[in-house]
Amino acid sequence: MLIPHPLLGLRDAQEFTCLGDAALLNRPDGLADPQALTDYVYLRDNPAGVHRELWFHEQGDRSWLVVTRNTLTHEILGAELARDVALRAKGAK
Amino acid sequence: MRLSGGEIDRSQTLRFTFDGRAYTGHPGDTLASALLANDVRLMGRSFKYHRPRGVFSAGSEEPNALVTLRGGARAEPNTRATAVELFEGLEARSQNAWPSLAFDALAVNDLMANFLTAGFYYKTFMWPRAFWERLYEPMIRKAAGLGRLSMAADPDAYDKGFLHCDLLVIGAGAAGLAAALTAARAGAQVILADEDARLGGRLLAESATLDGAPARDWVAGLEAEMASLPNLRLMRRTTVWGLFDHGVYGAVERVADHLPIPGAQVRQTLWRITARRAVLAAGATERHIPFRNNDRPGVMQAGALRAYANRFAVSPAQRVAIFTSQDDGHQTALDLIAKGVEIAAVIDSRAEARAMGEYRLIAGGQVCDSRGRLGLRAVQVRHGGGVEWLSCGALGVAGGWNPNLHLASHQRGRPRWDEAAQAFLPDTLPAGLAVAGAAAGQGETAAVMASGVAAALRALADLGLSGRAPALPITEARSLAGQSLWHVPGKGRAWVDFQNDVTVKDIKLAHQENMRPVEHLKRWTTLGMATDQGKTANVAALAVMAELTGQTIAATRTTIFRPPYTPVALSALGGGDSGAQFRPRRLTPSHAWAAAQGAVFVEVGQWMRAQWFPQPGETHWRHSVDREVLATRKGVGICDVTTLGKVDVQGADAAVFLDRLYANPMASLKVGMVRYGLMLREDGHAYDDGTCARLAEDHYVVTTTTAQAGPVYRHMEFARQCLWPELDVQLISTTEAWAQFAVAGPNARKLLERVVDGFDLSNAAFPFMACAQLTICGGLRARLFRISFSGELAYELAVPARFGAALMARLVAVGADLGATPYGTEALGVMRIEKGHVAGNELNGQTTAQMLGLGRMVSDKKDAIGAVMSRREGLVEEARVLVGLQPVNPGDPVVAGSHLFAQGAQQKTETDEGWITSACHSPHVGSSIGLGFLARGAERLGEVIVAANPLQGQQIALRVVPAHFVDPDGGRLRD
Repeated sequence: MLIPHPLLGLRDAQEFTCLGDAALLNRPDGLADPQALTDYVYLRDNPAGVHRELWFHEQGDRSWLVVTRNTLTHEILGAELARDVALRAKGAK
Repeated sequence: MRLSGGEIDRSQTLRFTFDGRAYTGHPGDTLASALLANDVRLMGRSFKYHRPRGVFSAGSEEPNALVTLRGGARAEPNTRATAVELFEGLEARSQNAWPSLAFDALAVNDLMANFLTAGFYYKTFMWPRAFWERLYEPMIRKAAGLGRLSMAADPDAYDKGFLHCDLLVIGAGAAGLAAALTAARAGAQVILADEDARLGGRLLAESATLDGAPARDWVAGLEAEMASLPNLRLMRRTTVWGLFDHGVYGAVERVADHLPIPGAQVRQTLWRITARRAVLAAGATERHIPFRNNDRPGVMQAGALRAYANRFAVSPAQRVAIFTSQDDGHQTALDLIAKGVEIAAVIDSRAEARAMGEYRLIAGGQVCDSRGRLGLRAVQVRHGGGVEWLSCGALGVAGGWNPNLHLASHQRGRPRWDEAAQAFLPDTLPAGLAVAGAAAGQGETAAVMASGVAAALRALADLGLSGRAPALPITEARSLAGQSLWHVPGKGRAWVDFQNDVTVKDIKLAHQENMRPVEHLKRWTTLGMATDQGKTANVAALAVMAELTGQTIAATRTTIFRPPYTPVALSALGGGDSGAQFRPRRLTPSHAWAAAQGAVFVEVGQWMRAQWFPQPGETHWRHSVDREVLATRKGVGICDVTTLGKVDVQGADAAVFLDRLYANPMASLKVGMVRYGLMLREDGHAYDDGTCARLAEDHYVVTTTTAQAGPVYRHMEFARQCLWPELDVQLISTTEAWAQFAVAGPNARKLLERVVDGFDLSNAAFPFMACAQLTICGGLRARLFRISFSGELAYELAVPARFGAALMARLVAVGADLGATPYGTEALGVMRIEKGHVAGNELNGQTTAQMLGLGRMVSDKKDAIGAVMSRREGLVEEARVLVGLQPVNPGDPVVAGSHLFAQGAQQKTETDEGWITSACHSPHVGSSIGLGFLARGAERLGEVIVAANPLQGQQIALRVVPAHFVDPDGGRLRD
């Protein structure tokens, strides 16, 4: 598999470590809402189809990416820096 | 027998042996063609019935002629004789036969064929159940399999590499050559790969001319041009065996397989080719027509007979018959006649067939049986006039061609049956792949080449390049009309899959037993399994099934193909990553110094660490370790601790960041001080520990355990980039940048005073848990941390990695009078257990801060990772805590992994009260000691409990003690 790194172009998936569901970006405040934190830690969607995932460019520039991948076809629809996604989400709040 | 002409070099003679007998051949021969030239038709025994078998094909689809190539450690079982280039001294042996190929005892299986039908194993070995493990399985294992492994390590080197191209052309036959030429002339980066040693594919196997000259002349001209194109990479002897996601292709280049001694260079290279576009031009495989006893040596593909005659100048026999349902079969007769081979008859199943030359034609006839125990002697032909036996030493069977579309279905694409082509053709294709030539169902050479050109032009257009169709040679028109004949009806066994001994009868049985879907058919009968993966069998088999069910072939469908296209050696897949190359090996800065001292090393993850330093007279590792521990506790010891992960944390928000990352507070840490840090996972369990040193307001250096250095760094980057990207903080791993040494023991300060440049090490100026940046040895920049893992007065001193070895040597030299002693990981472990410090055994991912006795460190004033979840009920209720354990009888061992029970308790899961995590012999205490988790341990100090070790039948009485065996109040650290 090849992952289109937003800074480095197409890179082999072997260079990356996959963490899974990009919902991990949205960490709730644990002191304010312990139940939300429990859901955050334990509940993940596992869709057959388009999925947003976190990948770490461990053998590369150490960027965390949000990769949009179709789990049925392995087609990769896009990738952006997780940092940009997280900042955007925080800005929207 | 040898014919005239061909593509072999008669000026050289190569000697080889088969089953110990000596033969000769020529460069350009395969093992199969050389054996045929020596009139050897019998080459192996079949898998199940041990039937005599000979060569069936002239290519990599070969189901029968499997041999063990070479000897000794290089012995390679199940090698296809048709794909082995002959070399001087080649040594091959037949397989699956005992005592000899001509007389095989297990051929008795053939007489029991009525019992050994499809599904036999499933039905017979079901019961009694206990027989499976002791009787059936060992028996089947002994009888099963073809060749045997040498069981010796592979002596050859393997390699792997990465290639990138605009266009990958798979197959260098007519279509592939045309495609590669078109694209390369347009300036694209092209890779042209073919499994054969020579370019040309089927062109070399045919008598048809190109531009009025032998096809090899045209190929040679092209080869010369291609060699001059720097943007074209020709890869001969290279099988593209798999298509993976996103245009990644797996290929194996057999670099040295064809050499007498392959050891001088890399044997095979595994290539990972990333191609923007690819053209699959893998040709087609001829199918046969099953009839009774159609598996005798001498029965082969008609196209293979033609390849042997035209390219290799051999014929398996002087008198040959052809059985065909295609015009193509007649071409074989013509080519053989041209080479002086006698044609007994051409038996064409079509009543309207016409002879294309001077030979006897039996139109509307069928071959319905054969004779010849170890090789074909005669075939029985049924025709309008009745039945007759024709004597012949070989029979070419032409049943049409199946496109080699395997790679097109490696991404689950299912081929579609094309009624007009009478073949499965690729349907939906993986992105970037086009199929051309015979692989796409083309037959005529001109059409094959044109489709290669067209595929290349489309790929060029996709890539934004403009190309032009090259001038193509003038080809000879040949008729390829035919009519499918899937099998000859009749009694007896007609083989469909030679390698797995699957007959038409077996398919009928599968049908009867309702194993009708192709996937069930395959698994029930073992059709299409093993080394050839049914390349010559699958389509015929499902056509027979279609006939039985009354469905069309289109509705019956086909199984799809998975990588690899042909077998790939595990050594090649390993790509040389075995033995010492299995993974990267990391050496500590003092490695060479330690090796010179005779240190014994241990693998710690990728690191090699000094385990202990044996001295003259020490005969047991314990002698060395005990000495190192006692010397450290009495004088001063030095240990290379570079392997601990080090992360530099800088930025205005560094303090806030670490406060959220560690369970205990870090923002309150004063500049110039160090604090122990505990990281939790978000689920509340302990993750990793280390130290945080604050070098400046906005600069921390944190350490991780050796084992978790990678994962913890990843976790830290996750926190920085994904959770709190708004913080002004930067991270970099400096594990390799700084060499770090623990200097521990009562003389540690005195030793360090001899190397620092006027730095005040007094307790007042540099107390316990202080840190500083300083210079040593006259100007070398260094970092000093007053931290202790051993429980002694101790420091860790870091210098740029390139000075590590020199510093180690300097410390040992200048500290000789202070008793400076290098120590290894064993002594390090003993001292940390004696001090009750936790390590990987305790931080095993299942424990909590509370269990580690660190529960009060977890701040409830901040939302650090894992802090909230660590307070949930289930974890808070956990009663097991870390304790020290000491045997009541000092001679008894303490064994890590033992489980703890109250004295007199029945030992079962419900009464289990904990386990021992770490144990060692403590020279300080004078007995074995251990650390473990014990339920309500804090309240049970002094109690005697039992450590059960059922693996070794041990029941040891242990006393519960505090988890500090040395200096419980910590005075030594602070002096």
